[in-house]
Amino acid sequence: MIRIENVSLRYRTTPILHDIDLTIPKGGVTALIGPNGAGKSSLLSLIARLQPLQTGSITIDGLGVDSTPSPELAKVVALLRQDSVIASRLRVRELVGFGRFPHGRGRLTQEDCNIVNQSLRQLDLTDFADRFMETLSGGQRQRALVAMTLAQGTDYILLDEPLNNLDMYYARTLMQALRAIADENGKTVVIVLHDINQASAYADRIVAMKGGRVVGDGTPAAIFTPDVLEGIFGFRMRVETFDGKPLVLHHL
Amino acid sequence: MPDRRLIALGVAAVACMVAFLLTGLRGNIAFVLELRAIKLAALLQVGVSIAISTVIFQTVTGNRILTPSIMGLDALYLFGQMLMVFLLGGIGYVSLDPWLKFGVEILTLMALACTLLLPMLKRRLDMGLMLLAGVILGVLFRSLHSLLARLIDPNEFAVAQSASFANFNAVRSDLLIFATLVTAGAAVLAWRARHILDIVSLGSDAATSLGISWVRTVTGLLLLVSGSVAVSTALVGPVAFFGLLVVALAERIVDTRRHAVLLPAAALIAIVVLVGGQTLFQHALGNSSALSVVIEFIGGILFLLLLILGSRR
Ligand SMILES: Nc1ncnc2c1ncn2[C@@H]1O[C@H](COP(=O)(O)OP(=O)(O)OP(=O)(O)O)[C@@H](O)[C@H]1O
Ligand SMILES: [Mg+2]
Repeated sequence: MIRIENVSLRYRTTPILHDIDLTIPKGGVTALIGPNGAGKSSLLSLIARLQPLQTGSITIDGLGVDSTPSPELAKVVALLRQDSVIASRLRVRELVGFGRFPHGRGRLTQEDCNIVNQSLRQLDLTDFADRFMETLSGGQRQRALVAMTLAQGTDYILLDEPLNNLDMYYARTLMQALRAIADENGKTVVIVLHDINQASAYADRIVAMKGGRVVGDGTPAAIFTPDVLEGIFGFRMRVETFDGKPLVLHHL
Repeated sequence: MPDRRLIALGVAAVACMVAFLLTGLRGNIAFVLELRAIKLAALLQVGVSIAISTVIFQTVTGNRILTPSIMGLDALYLFGQMLMVFLLGGIGYVSLDPWLKFGVEILTLMALACTLLLPMLKRRLDMGLMLLAGVILGVLFRSLHSLLARLIDPNEFAVAQSASFANFNAVRSDLLIFATLVTAGAAVLAWRARHILDIVSLGSDAATSLGISWVRTVTGLLLLVSGSVAVSTALVGPVAFFGLLVVALAERIVDTRRHAVLLPAAALIAIVVLVGGQTLFQHALGNSSALSVVIEFIGGILFLLLLILGSRR
């Protein structure tokens, strides 16, 4: 369980997050949605201790993110950032192998290699495993980064817009893979999505943010109604039901 | 595959060392050999120190153009040295035990480097900004150095006078044992940090996600870089582009940025260039002091090339 209590954040004098209180239960897929600048990435970077907490507290399975040693936490939570930069002259397999760093401090055992291969397979990267990162297309690169995050093997996986650059096929494949690891391996996935139909189809729970506040928290059916969506995104959109799930016609 | 290239580099390095020791041996052989062995040891330390400090510095700053000397670290070392002469006076400085002196100089450099560079490394800066900061810092320390030089009287100045160009021919042998200890220590630490360095090269956010304590790790690495820079600068003086040249070559040859391969490759190439070049210049070209000029010339051109190519990428 991720428990966020009274978390606020400001850059100099600009407030970014206001008194966030949020509990993300263990297991399942939680989608974080909201307009640009809502504070989604900021919240994830606080959960993953990429920046220090200014006020409030965040615990993951009872471990305080500001008090638990960083190597310890790296075995519990993994984050893929929205704008990851990658060092050059790095092969895909090496990058994915770095995901195993928290477990062996860089020495890869046979088990580590199996996990790396499995992550490569999950993202359909086996054919690219020995290519240099800078020779890949944007979407292939993004898949390699997701593979590295999954290879970390943590119970909590935070993904900031992982569908960026992915085509429809791989976006769907990734969402299905995340659904599967949540259902079969009991992992907790928190994923920032802009495609709310992906959120509707694959997430158990939607957390909506706007202006640094949590403005909605519930099942897709509860959040994806014309009124709630208008409150979040500021325009009216048609919502249909398809296969029992809300289908938002936001582009019309 | 990289392993085979490493072995080839190792063979080349050993060949250069043998050539350095044995070429044109005549006269009192035992005496000449001893002299050459001392010089060889110093050159090895310089090569290894520069390779280590450059690789680590580039990894931490996340670029392949900056080196400790371009960021003015060797100027900082010379400044620290001059500061000691200034504070202690020429007599006081000279009468200090050389080990103590070198020890204090290393510590001074570490302290100065951490105060000045650490704020810049907490978050990775844009390459252009780093470069600008480096050039400014370098100029600043060099001017402070010459300011101090003007303030102390000429006799004292002679004690601290340090060439503005490296001289691989006139290495200092009085520091040999101490410098060997520092270099060996740095080499061991760098080797043990090879996996951590791989992760550090991903940048602060990814490294933190993988459980690296960024500030602590970067501080440690910066101390390691400072120690290595102090060794090479103390032994031969400042070398601006040698590190850049060596690491760029190493990267081309082993074709990876993984430190388990890159670190030894860079060290071996540094040895080949230094020891081989010194042998060549001493015996074939008959002008042993020109090596540093040639290295700096080629390195400088490479620096410009990397800048131009890098900005176009
Ligand atoms: N380093 C920073 N300095 C100042 N303000 C920042 C900084 N980083 C983010 N912000 C501001 O904080 C707010 C929230 O940013 P954040 O990146 O969390 O948004 P987001 O919800 O992830 O948006 P997006 O959907 O565009 O990724 C924005 O208004 C942004 O301008
Ligand atoms: Mg964002």
